[in-house]
Order: sequence, then structure tokens, then C-alpha cells
Amino acid sequence: MGPFVTNPLHADPNALLSVSDLSVSVEDGQILHDVNLTVDRGSANVLMGPNGAGKSTLGHVIMGDGAYTVDSGAIAFDGEDVTALSADKRSLAGIFLSFQAPVEIPGVPLYSFLRSITQKRPELKMSARKFRQRVRELCESLDMDPSYLTRELNVGFSGGEKKKVEMLQLLLLEPKLAILDETDSGLDVDALGVVSRGIQRFREECDGALLVITHNTRILERLAVDRVHVMVDGTIVAHGGGDLVERIDAEGFEAYERRAAESRGA
Amino acid sequence: MAADGTPSQRKRTEVADVNRGLYDFVKSEEGYERFDDGLSAEVVREISARKDEPDWMLELRLRSLEIYERTPMPANWGPSIAGLDMAHISTYVTAGSEQASSWDDVPEDIKDTFERLGIPEAERTSLAGVGAQYDSELVYHNMREEVAQQGVVYSGIEEALHEGWEDLIRERFMKLVPPTDHKFAALHGAVWSGGSFVYVPEGVSLDFPLQSYFRLNAAGAGQFEHTLIIVEPGADLHFIEGCSAPKYNVANLHAGCVELFVGKGARLRYSTIENWSKNMYNLNTKRARVEEGGAIEWVSGSFGSHVSYLYPSSLLMGRGASCEFTGITFAGAGQDLDTGCKVHLAAPDTRASVSTKSISKGGGVSTFRSSVVVTPAAENAKVSVSCQSLMLDDESRSDTIPAMDVRCATAQVGHEATIGRISDDTILYLMSRGIGEEEARTMVVNGFAEPISKELPLEYAVEMNNLIKLEMEGAIG
Repeated sequence: MGPFVTNPLHADPNALLSVSDLSVSVEDGQILHDVNLTVDRGSANVLMGPNGAGKSTLGHVIMGDGAYTVDSGAIAFDGEDVTALSADKRSLAGIFLSFQAPVEIPGVPLYSFLRSITQKRPELKMSARKFRQRVRELCESLDMDPSYLTRELNVGFSGGEKKKVEMLQLLLLEPKLAILDETDSGLDVDALGVVSRGIQRFREECDGALLVITHNTRILERLAVDRVHVMVDGTIVAHGGGDLVERIDAEGFEAYERRAAESRGA
Repeated sequence: MAADGTPSQRKRTEVADVNRGLYDFVKSEEGYERFDDGLSAEVVREISARKDEPDWMLELRLRSLEIYERTPMPANWGPSIAGLDMAHISTYVTAGSEQASSWDDVPEDIKDTFERLGIPEAERTSLAGVGAQYDSELVYHNMREEVAQQGVVYSGIEEALHEGWEDLIRERFMKLVPPTDHKFAALHGAVWSGGSFVYVPEGVSLDFPLQSYFRLNAAGAGQFEHTLIIVEPGADLHFIEGCSAPKYNVANLHAGCVELFVGKGARLRYSTIENWSKNMYNLNTKRARVEEGGAIEWVSGSFGSHVSYLYPSSLLMGRGASCEFTGITFAGAGQDLDTGCKVHLAAPDTRASVSTKSISKGGGVSTFRSSVVVTPAAENAKVSVSCQSLMLDDESRSDTIPAMDVRCATAQVGHEATIGRISDDTILYLMSRGIGEEEARTMVVNGFAEPISKELPLEYAVEMNNLIKLEMEGAIG
């Protein structure tokens, strides 16, 4: 059976995030079925699976996207049931979702946006001067031209620039859990390097947990992965250690898809 | 805006809450003089006699009244004004106080009104002169000494008529907007009272704006102020008008008139923040005539009123004259705001640039209406019209009605319009960074309005953001 094991970590005190028996639907019907997933404090997790498996949906549901209805099950974060909380409350509790396609907000300058989201968090209270220094330093480490700070949030930014802005917010807000939704998609080699460094820095400085959603393994090359979760057809079909990444790299998802199809047929 | 969080940027983004009562408070009318509701030659003669006017002005009033009486109510276009019954509008209300040039001489409750609206403070910090009208009459007018020394005149029209400006006023008064223009222009001609006369001599540039504020306190009354501004060749002026009123259950009417004369190579910026209460019929007429190389810049924020018909128009008469129009309209519940502009390009190398934003919410209706005429004489004229609308819910409505009449083959004319909503993704994105839903929507709307607010002086940009914030409160389910 190899990596096909059930998750034993439900009530573990090390668990930062516990998704239990979660089923989720949209108007067209149910799209996540009895999902179980645990992310330990400070651990690096990868959620893999073929296109359309429901990985991004799960990321959005953990963040609190109101477009989805939770039919059953629960999401606990940092010892608290957050299933009924709105996305802003979950954000303040320490969940961060890096968007696959960050939105453009005309008329809102990036710098004042960063200031206002930082000020929402009492634990990040700092003087205007200290904040300015912090932002400048983060920009530098992300190879971001500081002139972006005066521009409107994401408006006219390239794909790579938008992802850097996501990393900038991640490092500024120091969440306990960062969900990175296909952060690597559409990036050139340079931008990918910068984003990888950002993720590395988040791991080292904030001791934050990671849930990386991806369907390829390029972004994982420089990351020590603790746990791998495989999703097929709206359900998690396997959990394993970091070695699973290489195996999927070599074999693909066919074995999991076949097994999922068999279990549906059964 | 600087990236390092300079004070100006912080001021713009960290705006304190305003009290809803800021605009919506009523002062007693006890001791006020109020003419009987409705309109008659007797009322018109009485207003004129009170102002001790020259005969030609009385004749203009009576002729206007005749035109008013024979002109039918406008029908079949624009929002309904069926709720406006002229028989129940008093055309003249006054507290009876003398016009003062020191706030100390203004009656206490009127002074309190303007203090609550922040006018004396703005005068001290950032204005070259202020006029304040309360119901039908100006209660305060003052200008900095150094501005007066440059030959700038800023007063009520009534005073100017008595102080040596009669010939100039007679030559220009209701010539750009004649009483025959439409029914409410005729009404204005008959009963106008108060407003401002501004004269900026050739080559004079004012470093600070002049501001007139119009407050209509009386229920069931009309305000008919007249603004006449003459900016002589090479001169430069920024004029700001603000207006507000408390809310009543009966209809109030505003039918003001603005006539602007921009000389050769002169520039006039005319900024308005209008926040009439939501029982107001705002049927205002504004027009500018621009000579060779002159520029008119309109900045217009329409937030208040029940019904508005407002289309500031620019007549570009000399070579190279230009018009820039920047406007925002916010229509909330119970509001039907029909706003836009008109531009008439009648000379070679003239330029017009129109950029507007409209927001509708809670069943409000916002209509952008523009008329651009390019005459055969307007060779190489350039026109661009852009209007963007944002609807905040499914009950609200937004329409765009741009008309273009281009009769010159060498003219370049461009138009773009977009109508949109705030996407769920946008709100989720902001919420995922810790911003509450209501604040997220307000942030998007303020961002949408930003190209307009950045055109305003800082204090007014802050006021506009506050108005948007007020309108957005309780916008969520």
C-alpha cells in the first residue's frame, strides 16, 4: 500500500490546522468529500494532485472563501474552531493565502495598503519609521523596485511582480500558516528563485507552517518537505513524507486516480 | 504621494470618522422672514425692491417670470420631478442679518452652522477668501487683504451692482445662461438671490482658492444663488463651491446659476462638492465661455439630492481653448442623479477631456449624460470622453448616454465607457489580508474615486472620502 495511510494526527496538540471530515459544495454540487488534513506547527506540507482535483478549492475553504458552502465537517486552527469565521477573522488568527491570481485594486497605493493591513494586527504594532524600514528591507530582499510601493495595488504588475507582492505581504504579516496556491505558476526562473527565497525566509524567520498547493514539483526543489498530501477528485487519498514528492515526480498521479476510481466503483 | 508615508499620504488614508450629524442638523427659523410659497410678479418685485436693484435687473426678473410661466415643465427625459410643486416652495427666506466680514458679527446659530461645516477653519488655513450664504442671503463675505490689493473683487452680486461693477454685470449677467435656456433658468432669472461675483484682473494669479458655501436651512424653500466669475486674460483662479442642507420631509429646490468667463490664456478651476440632503431637487445650470488659449477645469462631486440634473457646459470659442472635466456621482437609496457635461468646440485646436466615475448603491440610479459638439470651425480639435460606472448591488442602476455631434473631418474624437461591479474575488482578497467586508468595499470604492479625489484640495478629498464612507456604512446585508 506504500504511502496510502490514514491520518492519525487529529487530536494532536502539535496540530496547527485540522481539517476533519470536511465536505464542501457550490451551487452545482459537492466538490470536496470528507477531507481530512492536519498541518503541524512549523511544518512544511505539500498538497499535490492532478488539475481539477480540488486543491485550490481546499485552500480557499481553509481561508474562508464565502463562495463555498461547508456541508459537514470542521476546520480547527490554533486550537479554535474557525469553520464559521469569515476570511478577515481567519487572517487575523494567522492564516494567509497567497492567491494564484492576485487581484488588481485601482486607486489603492501598495504602501498604504501594506500599512493598513499591518495596523490590523496589534502584535505587529510599530512606528511609521520602523514600518518604512521594514518594508524597504523586505523589498530589497525580494528584488522589488521600491517605486512599486507608490503604485496602485497590483495594477498593471506582471505575473512575477504580483507574486513578489504576495511574498512581501507574507513576510510582513508573519502568519502561522501560509497557503501558497500555485505560487509558482507562470513564473520565469528568476522570479521563481526570488519566491523560493521568500518562502525560505518565512520558514526561518517566522517558523511558519506551509501548505504549498502545486501540480508540479519545481518549487519544491529547495524546500525540505515534511508531509505530502495527495488529492484526487475532491478527496485526500494519501499522506506521506517528503520522499513522496520524488515518487510522484517519477510516476505521476495515475496510480492514485485509478485507485480512487476503483473505490468509487466499489 | 511618497512611498515613505509622508504626512499628506497619511492624512489621506487615515481619515477619522465623521458624525452623520455633520450635515443633518436644523436651526430654528424663529424670527426669520419668509415669503409666501409660490411665485407671482408681486414676489419678484418684492425681492428686487429689497435689493434696491437697478431697473434693468427688475425688468430681467419680470421678463424671466413671463418666460417661466409660458415654458412647460420638461417631460419625457431625465428623472421625474413630479414631486416638486412650485406652489409649495418659498422663493425667499432670510434671517434678516446684515452681511458680515467678521465671523463675530454673524448671528450665533448661523455661525455655529458654518463652524460645524469647517468653513472658518478652512478660511484661516487654506483659502484666499470665503463667502457664506444661508438660505437666500449671504451672511458672510471676506477676502485676504493682499488679494484685494491685487485688484481681485469677491463679493455678492448685489453689493457689486452698487459698488461700480454694474456695467460689467449688466453686460454678462444671464448672457451665457439666458432665461430662455430652460424653465428653471427662467425661474432663476425671476427670483435669484445671493451668490458670488468674482473679478480677477489681467495677469493676476491667486495662490489660494476662493470658496463659497451655500447652506439651505429652511424647509420647503428654494435657493437661487447666482455665481458670476470673470477671469481676465492671463489670470488664474481656483474657485470652490460647497453646498449642503438638513433633510426634510418636504421638497426643497436648488436652481442656482453659474456663469464663468475665462479670458485669453487664463485658467479657471471650478470645484464643487455637493452634498444636498435627499429631499432636494438640484436643477442647477453651469456654463463657461473660454477664449483663445484659455482653460476651464471642472471638478465636480455630486453626492446629495433626491434628483439632480447637472451638466456643466463649456463653450470653447477661441483657438486652443481647453476644457477638462473630472466628475464623480454617488447615487444611494432614493436618489436619481442625472449628471454629466456638455462641451461645444467652436475653434481650431480646441481640446476637451472628460473623465467621470459614477457609483450606484441601494437602488440608486446614476446616469451619465454628455453632449459634445464639434463645429466645422474646430479644425484639429481633440476630444476624449471616458466614463466608468460601478454598481454595488443588483437593485441599483447605472446608465451612460453620451451624445457626439462631430462636424469637422480633422477632429479626433474618442469615447470609452465601462460598467462594472466589485468582484467577489476582490473582496475575498482584501478580507484574506485581515480587512473586514464593509471596509473592503469602502476601500475599493474609495480607490475607484481616487482619480477624482486627487484633483481636490486635501481637505475636500478628505471630505469626499468621508462622504463615501458614510454612504457605504451599513452597505453589507
